[in-house]
Amino acid sequence: MVENRPIVTFLSHLVLILGVLIIGFPVWMTFVASTHDQATMLRSPVPLLPGPYLFENYRQVLVEGFGRGFSETPIWVTLMNSMVMALGVALGKVAISIISAFAIVYFRFPLRMWFFWAIFVTLMLPVEVRIVPTYGVVADLGMLDSYSGLIIPLIASATATFLFRQFFLSVPDELTEAARVDGASPLRFFWDILLPMSRTSIAALFVIQFIYGWNQYLWPLLITTKESFYTVVMAVTRQSNAVDSAPSWNLLMAMAMLAMLPPVLVVIFMQRQFVRGLVDTEK
Amino acid sequence: MEKRVTFNERFLPYLLVAPQIIITLVFFFWPSGQAIWQSVLLEDAFGGNSKFVWFDNFSHLLADPAYFASVRLTFVFSALVAAIGLAFSLLLAVMADRVIRGATAYKALLVWPYAVAPAVAGVLWGFLFNPSVGIVAWLLGGIGIEFNYVISGNQALLLVVMAAVWNHVSYNFLFFLAGLQSIPRSLIEAAAIDGAGPGRRFWDIVFPLLSPTGFFLLVINILYAFFGTFGVIDALTKGGPGQATNILVYKVYNDGFRGQDLGGSSAQSVILMLIVIALTFVQFRFIERRVHY
Repeated sequence: MVENRPIVTFLSHLVLILGVLIIGFPVWMTFVASTHDQATMLRSPVPLLPGPYLFENYRQVLVEGFGRGFSETPIWVTLMNSMVMALGVALGKVAISIISAFAIVYFRFPLRMWFFWAIFVTLMLPVEVRIVPTYGVVADLGMLDSYSGLIIPLIASATATFLFRQFFLSVPDELTEAARVDGASPLRFFWDILLPMSRTSIAALFVIQFIYGWNQYLWPLLITTKESFYTVVMAVTRQSNAVDSAPSWNLLMAMAMLAMLPPVLVVIFMQRQFVRGLVDTEK
Repeated sequence: MEKRVTFNERFLPYLLVAPQIIITLVFFFWPSGQAIWQSVLLEDAFGGNSKFVWFDNFSHLLADPAYFASVRLTFVFSALVAAIGLAFSLLLAVMADRVIRGATAYKALLVWPYAVAPAVAGVLWGFLFNPSVGIVAWLLGGIGIEFNYVISGNQALLLVVMAAVWNHVSYNFLFFLAGLQSIPRSLIEAAAIDGAGPGRRFWDIVFPLLSPTGFFLLVINILYAFFGTFGVIDALTKGGPGQATNILVYKVYNDGFRGQDLGGSSAQSVILMLIVIALTFVQFRFIERRVHY
């Protein structure tokens, strides 16, 4: 701080606290709604403080699902699906991009630049832009309603490859030379030297990609028709479209809380990796 | 930049790039090629009949007032998302940069909305503004404003913008804060010694030095508003009421999957691809200038 002006400092805190309250308000209301019974949530105005039905509501959505002729799938199934998808996407992206970056940086081979550009252009087209034909390809391959269909089309990532490429380029050449002099094979060098050095980059990328995988919506919406493959984000959105005919706001909001919880916890507990990943991937 | 020291292997590098290249070819090049091919075909809605129609799909699209309405809407929408999102997060970042005590706590309290899925963000905001049970809609009703996003197109757009901004505010905040913290303290102190007050210092020193970050975030926010908000719109309004929130990316989905108009949808995809490529190009030109190896 350049000069000490208590009033300005006070105003700064005030603005920040207001900002935190505004940003937190939707989630607070969601939490409150998930702790009341159905009747309370239908009387306007809805309560602003939590009620006594927390345990009951969460137990019902987790074990029984929404019930009453709507979605019979319990939420724990969709949570599992989301977890499989998020972990699959994050691990898959890290794995295939780290080895392709290794190949592009540490080898000279024909078509190298061609491969590099082929990966580079994928950066430009998000799934949303080419949904209809991509759906066609996945359908032709018989990957609808499967985990491989949920995961594999999303794991080609130019950002991750670039990140590892940047990092590998900053690794001193002396290390490579020493490894070669000692007679280490390329894979041995990768496994024993490069991989341990990349730990922080991998962690940062993993956090970002886990959130990306968990929060996918359009893709699972297109390629899953069986409820047993629904992700939790899909389940929440589908139920919110039906909430006017079966107004169990309390249950819907309990589902929404459960859908938010895992990625938010990851961000809170791995904040350093998260911020680093965000800045590195510029995603 | 290239490595001086490399390994000599004939087949290993191909093996290593193979997984990524195969996935890229199958799920990226192949469908993108198909999108371009389908955009010049007219497909019979009931059978496999299709015939080559040159650029008819494009000329239909460009002659369609509904498409232009969607283009205009997308620009209005992304301008609102970018302007409100950047202004709000810049304000918070400047304040967080000022305070000494509690800065990390504020940061922790502001970063988590990024982790909420856009579709779930849509559900949360839909609950707050629900015409029958929403607390904010009720409060607005109390002061005489009838808020019903199910009926009013403008209110629906406003709500979608709010949910989209909320979802992306932490991203903007983190980048602005990092930008602010990289501005040398000595510059600000020198200005203070010369008698410049906090407002003057912000506009004459901090703001210009922050403009690269601001420009980068502007491009990212436009990309986000164009493509990242699909979930928000699908959860809240499904493009409605009428066409009030039917932005381009939602229209591709609507026309292709609901309307089964493959040719028209593919033509729209191709136009969207061109827009993304242009925006990504701008972004990269900029990043290249900023990053020094």
